[in-house]
Amino acid sequence: MAEYKGVLVCGELADGKLASITGELLGCGRKLADELKENLSCLLASGAVGEASKEAIAFGADKVYTVEHPALKEYQADSYLQVAEKLAKDVSPRVILIGQTSMGRDLAPRLAFRLGTSVTTDCLNLSIDPATKLLVQTRPVYGGNAQAVFTSESMPQTATVRAKAMSPLERDASRKGEVIPAKIDIDTSKVRTKIVETVKEEAVGIKLEDAPVIVSGGRGMGGPQPFQTILKELADLLHGAVGASRPPADNGWVSEALHIGLTGKIVAPDIYIAIAISGASQHTAGCSGSKHIIAINKDPEANIFREAEFGVVGKYEEVVPAFTSKLKELLAG
Amino acid sequence: MPVNMIVCCKQVPDPEAPPAVFKVVNNKMTLPPEVKPVIGQYEEFALEAALKIKDTGGGKITAVSLGNNFVRDVIKKSLAVGADELILLEDSAFEDGDSWSTANALAAAIKKIGTYDVIFCGRQSSDWDAGQVGLGIAEILGIPAVTLARKVEVSDGKAKVERVIPDGYQVIELTLPALIVVTSGIGALRYATLKGIMAAAKKQPVVWKPADIGLEPSKLGAAGRRSKLDKLFQPVKESKCEMIEGETVAEAAAKLAVRLRETKLL
Ligand SMILES: Cc1cc2nc3c(=O)[nH]c(=O)nc-3n(C[C@H](O)[C@H](O)[C@H](O)COP(=O)(O)OP(=O)(O)OC[C@H]3O[C@@H](n4cnc5c(N)ncnc54)[C@H](O)[C@@H]3O)c2cc1C
Ligand SMILES: Nc1ncnc2c1ncn2[C@@H]1O[C@H](COP(=O)(O)O)[C@@H](O)[C@H]1O
Repeated sequence: MAEYKGVLVCGELADGKLASITGELLGCGRKLADELKENLSCLLASGAVGEASKEAIAFGADKVYTVEHPALKEYQADSYLQVAEKLAKDVSPRVILIGQTSMGRDLAPRLAFRLGTSVTTDCLNLSIDPATKLLVQTRPVYGGNAQAVFTSESMPQTATVRAKAMSPLERDASRKGEVIPAKIDIDTSKVRTKIVETVKEEAVGIKLEDAPVIVSGGRGMGGPQPFQTILKELADLLHGAVGASRPPADNGWVSEALHIGLTGKIVAPDIYIAIAISGASQHTAGCSGSKHIIAINKDPEANIFREAEFGVVGKYEEVVPAFTSKLKELLAG
Repeated sequence: MPVNMIVCCKQVPDPEAPPAVFKVVNNKMTLPPEVKPVIGQYEEFALEAALKIKDTGGGKITAVSLGNNFVRDVIKKSLAVGADELILLEDSAFEDGDSWSTANALAAAIKKIGTYDVIFCGRQSSDWDAGQVGLGIAEILGIPAVTLARKVEVSDGKAKVERVIPDGYQVIELTLPALIVVTSGIGALRYATLKGIMAAAKKQPVVWKPADIGLEPSKLGAAGRRSKLDKLFQPVKESKCEMIEGETVAEAAAKLAVRLRETKLL
């Protein structure tokens, strides 16, 4: 029987640099590896890895395996899986960590099934049980209405981790580690998907993930127009961004990129203003990390008031313009 | 060319029941009887994706559901909206599975069905939210897959899919047979027509037991799990919302602005 040892992070690059999620995974992986008294390694597979391998060491990796291949420029399961499967078999880690990202959601379940092991997706917390040395995996379930703790004896124990759930280590350029170019061939004849086109929808203004204030509208907005007028005016005043619950995105009132929640973006601004949003668990799963939540809803019983710190009951058509104009006055004076 | 499609649909407790009714008792989610079972939301989107293809090119849709104690009226919704056949993997041995045992049983059933061009799954089940079973089935069957599809077209033995990415979308082409994981942008599931409801009432689902798909009970449900559920809990959250009131709604709104300035939030 193979011996499983150490922690392997499947890293990602964003715009040629080490992605922030990978820093978070390395921070978490470092803690787990130290508790196990084992190594932390990181896989970086891309068209070109460049300086990111050194960054991965600065953020805590003992070993960085790099794989560079034109077929890895854009993520495609059939090419990435060949690399991840081969490396996982060669390195034989006890734990594999992957980001709950566009790539990770797609890669992790397939890798786990290919390796014959289980994966726990979207974890918020990971630790090592000192008695059994097993990975203790905690994730939200039932749309955020509960949390579940899982363990698995099938190796490697694989988990994906939600963005911003873990903290990266302080970057330390003096950290020592080894960069190992891994010799892994990709059989491109096995790539059964073809990316015909990648279309980026330009975000105007501040990116949702970076905005200190988010003014978010729900199904109760009734259509696309108030997102561009009433909500935008308030967001602009507060140097924030406009967001939405799922129905406005599904209905095409706003771009899919503004959809916040369990199946949309996870945001944690200083201030989240939820307008005409009922506060379903699947929505608040994406905004409950906000420092302060303010709710405006015509229904005094709406669940969002259970999440909020301040609330006003009323129709948004009346509340928001009055709120914005008073705020303008106060901010000017 | 008519397309042979399979849609994996799960019966779940209504995920939109008010959060306050979700109660964990003895490590189990326990819901009051007024919370009705439904077909999971993303499986409804998956059904709609299949129906759209049937609308344009024609074809056959087989819905497959794994579980126990199916409520016939609920699970037959797939037939009422336009699926041609419904296969239920229904047995107590299928209960309390994880993604591993569920994907294995569904893949075994799909092998038994035999002919398929496209298998549709939802991006995540509306109870456990795992987001794995579709990709697991694709791995077991050795077929390509695309996740987060919001538009699907099928022609000449190929599928063309719009896959949602964080800042836009990709157009991906893949050879059939393939598995496609559907997300919400595809559009809401159509309503069943009266004709559809009546036709569905006449159809009986096919029920398969573990032996029918050639799987030992030890590979199924709780016994076949690879991940163990150690604990289910609900973190306590304290809520104290300060409701701002006024003579009129506009006054309340203005007071909110003042209050937020006072507390230096804005
Ligand atoms: C597996 C799964 C994943 C999901 N993922 C997400 C997700 O990521 N994000 C998400 O948002 N949802 C998600 N959902 C859907 C979620 O369950 C809810 O359906 C959704 O969040 C409801 O959106 P809403 O609050 O905008 O609409 P509704 O629930 O319809 O609420 C509208 C609210 O607007 C109020 N209102 C109406 N008119 C006015 C007015 N004129 N002025 C003021 N208030 C008004 C109403 O009182 C009501 O409270 C998911 C569901 C499932 C099952
Ligand atoms: N018991 C089941 N019966 C039928 N389909 C299922 C079942 N469980 C999961 N699926 C399918 O797999 C998708 C993802 O499920 P999950 O991995 O549980 O989040 C769902 O949207 C369904 O399409």
